[in-house]
Amino acid sequence: MNRFWAFVKKEFLHIFRDPRTILILFGMPIAQIMIFGYVVKNDIKNVKIAIYDKSKDNVTREITDKILSSGYFLLSEKLDSNNELERIFQKGEVKEIIVFEPDFAKRLENTNTANIQLIADASDANTANLIVNYTQAIIYEYVKSINENNSLAVQIVPEARMMYNEEMKSVYMFVPGTMALILLLISAMMTSISIAREKEMGTMEILLVSPLQPLQIIMGKVMPYIILSLVNAISIILLGFFVFDVPIHGSIILLMFETMLFIFLALSIGIFISTVSKSQQTAMFISIFSLMLPTMLLSGFIFPIKNMPLVLQWFCYIVPPKWFIIIIKDIMLKGTGLIYVWKETLILIGMIIFFISLSVKKFKIRLE
Amino acid sequence: MDQAENIITVKNLVKKFGSFVANDNLSFQVEKAEIFGFLGANGAGKTTAIKILCGLSAPTSGEIEVASYDVYTQTDLIKQNIGYMSQKFSLYEDITVKENFRFYGGIYGLSKSRINERITFFLKELKLESAKDELISSLPLGWKQKIAFSVAIMHDPKIVFLDEPTGGVDPVTRRQFWEMIYEASHNGITVFVTTHYMDEAEYCNRVSIMVDGRIDALDTPENLKKQFGVNSMNNVFLKLARN
Repeated sequence: MNRFWAFVKKEFLHIFRDPRTILILFGMPIAQIMIFGYVVKNDIKNVKIAIYDKSKDNVTREITDKILSSGYFLLSEKLDSNNELERIFQKGEVKEIIVFEPDFAKRLENTNTANIQLIADASDANTANLIVNYTQAIIYEYVKSINENNSLAVQIVPEARMMYNEEMKSVYMFVPGTMALILLLISAMMTSISIAREKEMGTMEILLVSPLQPLQIIMGKVMPYIILSLVNAISIILLGFFVFDVPIHGSIILLMFETMLFIFLALSIGIFISTVSKSQQTAMFISIFSLMLPTMLLSGFIFPIKNMPLVLQWFCYIVPPKWFIIIIKDIMLKGTGLIYVWKETLILIGMIIFFISLSVKKFKIRLE
Repeated sequence: MDQAENIITVKNLVKKFGSFVANDNLSFQVEKAEIFGFLGANGAGKTTAIKILCGLSAPTSGEIEVASYDVYTQTDLIKQNIGYMSQKFSLYEDITVKENFRFYGGIYGLSKSRINERITFFLKELKLESAKDELISSLPLGWKQKIAFSVAIMHDPKIVFLDEPTGGVDPVTRRQFWEMIYEASHNGITVFVTTHYMDEAEYCNRVSIMVDGRIDALDTPENLKKQFGVNSMNNVFLKLARN
């Protein structure tokens, strides 16, 4: 065990001796979250909305109050007919119109379900997405609060419609996306580079000749990045929560568990990349092209998956961050528990097993 | 050294990669505290043989014992009892001299006090006390090489394997390096060394020369020169390699 800690200590020395590594490890997450965060924050203050209440009952009034008292929205005007929608958007001031269906409270009472339509001006797609997300979050919050004192679960279905850009439907939230990107980058790219470095420098040979077991070597290389990734994940969540008011509705323990799971997945990918690359450069390029780009483009982080050609959509299924982002969004924004994300969780576990066994196989062949 | 015990015993070692025979029926012994030169052109099968002796790779067949341990079943014990230094010097460039010593002492399981004892010893021996907190990358090649050798024998191994340890180093430093090898041998450590410098081959107690996976010659440098009727190891090597 002492041998192992001597190894881990050396890994930390590598990290702390290199200012560039430190910058990537700690500077980048903060910079990213600030960039994404402030873009978001500037857009979602005092957004002008219009409300078309076809029901005008106590429930719709309550929801309206909730939305208007949130601080994100300002009521621009109340509408009385469908014909006004187009006119309102064309003026360009109002970014969202909220439509309550007729007999809203009655329907809720009789069928436990009622519909709200959220129509957003999606000519600025990202802003539209954000506005809709915020509105949905407030509505979910309200549903949760009335369900607490009610044995029968009530459902309000907000149906989002993006005007001027109909397909733009996916949910865009920066914290889950940034977290996926940063964790993948640190855990997978940094470990693959640091293992490849031992190979490139010839020190891997020395380690293999030493009494350290191959498993100890790999664990020793990975250990510092587990700790650093966890620190990063927590600081991203905290930054999101305190600076940008990103809610954490679900269980923090579950959130941390899923985060750890994703860190392990990223590490196992990093280990796998290192088994197929002989130099640090190769490891970096493989990491960037196989991890960074797909995370940005194919995980639903920035571009909605539903918008893509079918073949690309299939490809999205094998992009690990996609599943992590779904899980994190569900836990943080919707407050769901493990029963709703177990499928995604199993997929992550399956991917870990896949990459670890692939690496072990590769490693054994190389030793032969 | 007539009565000396054998520390490496190789009988009929064969290593095949598919149909390619890298080591073709090697048999030799290395005595305790001997300086054993393991020569051969590139691709003659030296590295394969060293990997097997270090417990990194299993032979296809043959009986091999290193430090009286079996290479098939006792690789962990072999690893604990050997030191290894490659042509790449095997030090970490971005950490200091002292930290490199600490790291290698640590992974070989030396106690803290023993590590400090050894560090003090080597720093004094190498006259490097003033450079102990310097990064390896800031040191000249010759120093790195001496430190790498010290690191390789830090845990008092029975055998130290040196794989072309003097590549790219100036003649004066090579000379000093061989003085360190002699001292290690004097202290009872067996030295198993590969080199491309034929003047270095002259320094060895015995030399084996590999050609195409076989050992074609094995004797003291004097006897080899007599046997081939030439006046230097260089000519012995050329004669063998050309045949």
